[in-house]
Amino acid sequence: MVVTNQLKNQHLLWRAGFGPMAEELNQLTNASQKSYYQALAKASRKTPTYLDVADNYLKGLVMGIDEVGKQQQRRELNEEERRKVRQQMRDDIRSLNLEWMNQMVHSDAQLREKISLFWHGHFASRNLNIFYQQQLLDVIRKNALGKFGDLLKEVSRSAAMINFLNNNQNRKDHPNENFAREVMELFTMGRGNYTENDIKEAARAFTGWGANAKGEFVFRKGQHDFGQKTVLGKTGNFDGDEVLEILLQQKETARFITTKIYRFFVNEQPDADKIEWLSARFYQNGYDISALMEDIFTSDWFYSEKNIGTRIKSPVELLVGIRRILPMELENEEVQLLVQRLLGQVLFYPPNVAGWPGGRNWIDSSSLMFRLRLPQLIHDSDEIRLSPKADDDQMMGMKDQDTKKKAAKAGGNNKGEKAVNRVMRQQIQASINWAPYVKRFEKTPKEKLVGELSKTLLQIPSSLKDQLVMQHADTSSRESFIKTATIQLMATPEYQLC
Amino acid sequence: MVIKRREFLQVGSLATASFMVPKFLKAFEKGQLVPPGNKVLVILQLSGGNDGLNTVIPVRNDIYYKVRPRLGIDKTKALLLNDEVGLHPALTGLRDLYHNGNMGILNSVGYPNPDRSHFRSMDIWHSASRSDEYVNTGWVGRYLDAQCAGCDKPTQALEIDDTLSLALKGENAKALAMRDPRRLYGTSQEKFFKEIVAGHKDEAGEQPVDYLYKTMAETVASADYIFKQSKVHPSNAQYPNSTLGQSFKTIASLIMSDINTKVYYVSLGSFDTHVNQSGQQQRLFTEMNDAITSFVSDLKSNNRFQDVMLMSFSEFGRRVAQNASGGTDHGTANNMFLISGGLKEKGMLNAMPDLADLQEGDLKHKVDFKQVYATILKNWLETDDLKILGRKFDYLSFL
Repeated sequence: MVVTNQLKNQHLLWRAGFGPMAEELNQLTNASQKSYYQALAKASRKTPTYLDVADNYLKGLVMGIDEVGKQQQRRELNEEERRKVRQQMRDDIRSLNLEWMNQMVHSDAQLREKISLFWHGHFASRNLNIFYQQQLLDVIRKNALGKFGDLLKEVSRSAAMINFLNNNQNRKDHPNENFAREVMELFTMGRGNYTENDIKEAARAFTGWGANAKGEFVFRKGQHDFGQKTVLGKTGNFDGDEVLEILLQQKETARFITTKIYRFFVNEQPDADKIEWLSARFYQNGYDISALMEDIFTSDWFYSEKNIGTRIKSPVELLVGIRRILPMELENEEVQLLVQRLLGQVLFYPPNVAGWPGGRNWIDSSSLMFRLRLPQLIHDSDEIRLSPKADDDQMMGMKDQDTKKKAAKAGGNNKGEKAVNRVMRQQIQASINWAPYVKRFEKTPKEKLVGELSKTLLQIPSSLKDQLVMQHADTSSRESFIKTATIQLMATPEYQLC
Repeated sequence: MVIKRREFLQVGSLATASFMVPKFLKAFEKGQLVPPGNKVLVILQLSGGNDGLNTVIPVRNDIYYKVRPRLGIDKTKALLLNDEVGLHPALTGLRDLYHNGNMGILNSVGYPNPDRSHFRSMDIWHSASRSDEYVNTGWVGRYLDAQCAGCDKPTQALEIDDTLSLALKGENAKALAMRDPRRLYGTSQEKFFKEIVAGHKDEAGEQPVDYLYKTMAETVASADYIFKQSKVHPSNAQYPNSTLGQSFKTIASLIMSDINTKVYYVSLGSFDTHVNQSGQQQRLFTEMNDAITSFVSDLKSNNRFQDVMLMSFSEFGRRVAQNASGGTDHGTANNMFLISGGLKEKGMLNAMPDLADLQEGDLKHKVDFKQVYATILKNWLETDDLKILGRKFDYLSFL
């Protein structure tokens, strides 16, 4: 395989972001990777805006501020109100999901959104409180390219994590070790570098760390154990922050995080020498994430053939990538949640605190067949006709918004409106703006079209014969040909890789 | 080209099938579609946390009625199994199975340090992991890994659904999910897909792209194989028109064929009855009862019931006391049904839960669910349970 400049740029854009945008296809042949990376890094330095989708009703009830800003007495909610709150929270988390996906599609700060997605899986938290989720996402997006220590400390104090890992129940006379265990096993050092006793002692340091209903961190003095602890060979009257400091002093932490980042951004197969070099520098640089990213994306080895086209796109990367190269108006945005569910990655609902395992875990017969059909479903607005599994944590006994319309039809209840809604839900109603994409190929000679499309869309050489694509594409006009050939090329195993 | 490839696939399918079931064993008895001894496991997942105490009801327990003044099911309404125990009123078919010696009830099944999140607890049941470890493969998936190194089709385990559960994902092998064989066949037969599979050079490489092509080729081949098998002896029995009823009909049709499937997986839900539990559980149990009743009678009339084991489970039970909304909240230990014509031990397999000995309002588990898995793996599927579960668990005596 010849690693062309275009391929290298696409490699960078797919790994440090969500793939090329239609408008930038022309630059890909000539720009240098260094300049491209500098532009990405620069755009990602801006402080991100807080994504706030929480409904005013909720703000009124939960935060004590109603829609017109008047103070409202906080009081106990009755059952009906609680149900309404849960429902609204769930809807708002759906909105947050869609809003963040829009950022991934449209933001210039591609690097920041991409590494935020990484941290979203690293600091995985299932939580049904929209305020906690918004806050944690903001902590992640703000610190995504800063110092890992700052990120770790802020996440550890976030209401989302404190609640998810039961630290509200971590009290002096009855320690709960959940947070202490996960912070070592999953967030910093990884298994095998600490003892059960280290966990016990560390848990004592986090006693009294809690969060209130507004999502603010609170230190409950009366529940904190001020006594002496020994963690990883160090002894003192440590509090939570000091234990996090001790964890950051461990070189294992730098190695663990670097390995995970390498496997996410470079290659699922770790390369011990590269990781050792990167992690030593990461540690020396005081865990500067930007510097680590720069080390990776400006190295020569990142662009070597063995690292290109070997990553199986996660469902979110796949969907966002399609929306970047084929800009589209989505009439029913929420259908993307159905796609996420069918493919096994719903933002804000990681499978557990270990996050999405990724790689080959994304692929089985049904998920692969659906991935292959996806471009066609978008292009033709065909019915999806698949039901995802219910997520009972999310539903809490309520109706499934993605499938309830289907049930209405199955019952033979053909009230006009319901039937229409159902179809809307189960179709991806997208109108693709093909112009910028098609423009890129306006000068390509006809006989080279399939090859050029293929090089733009796929990160590894396709085993598809040009002839096969031509047979299945619409040859009635040049434009139809480009469109249908593109959809065909996206409906391949090769397109699942970046 | 295309036709030749299909012929090849047909031959391939037959070869696999006859490997699993030697032709000389084929009985000629009337009604004997499959030779005896070809054991099959059917797993029924009750998603959402089924309320076990209103499923298998302690009808003479005062504590039960005291903490469930509104939700408790009266002794006169329960379907009595003995003096102490009754089944939920909707489970008439299961009561008959119980009295005919075709059902075992295992109480107080759970695991140490129970988790009350649906997803996490389901994760633990699917992966058969401890509650403080995270495992990305499922127990049936690891059975596939052990069973079919080098299998050309992932049909040894099938899930009747649109997406595949963690339970059926192994390290190397993954089962296949499908709603019904005809639809799966239709999708996989799309010309473009078939041609790209056919056009890909079969390099047994280790790269992700090879893995994707391998999965795709297996899907196309399996779809063809399953569809053919489903037509060999399609079930003519009456099944309810519910989703679960139709799923069981699909499973029955495959069980009567030569197919090499050892495990079927199907789910029903949601049993997450925080609010107005009675109506919801009644509705779901009616669907479950009617589907199982048709399924068992179909298996019996085709002499397959001896070799089929149906196991039900839920990710957790619910709290012993009712809540203020006519429902129950997430609890811990739960019961399981084991239904088969080939049970060694039947009826009540252990004591009813002790409602006087609770842990913060929840039942204590007495049996680890991994013991059930170990027993089935070893004594029903005849495989190495230690290899699949990674730890040794004491076997139970129902098999």
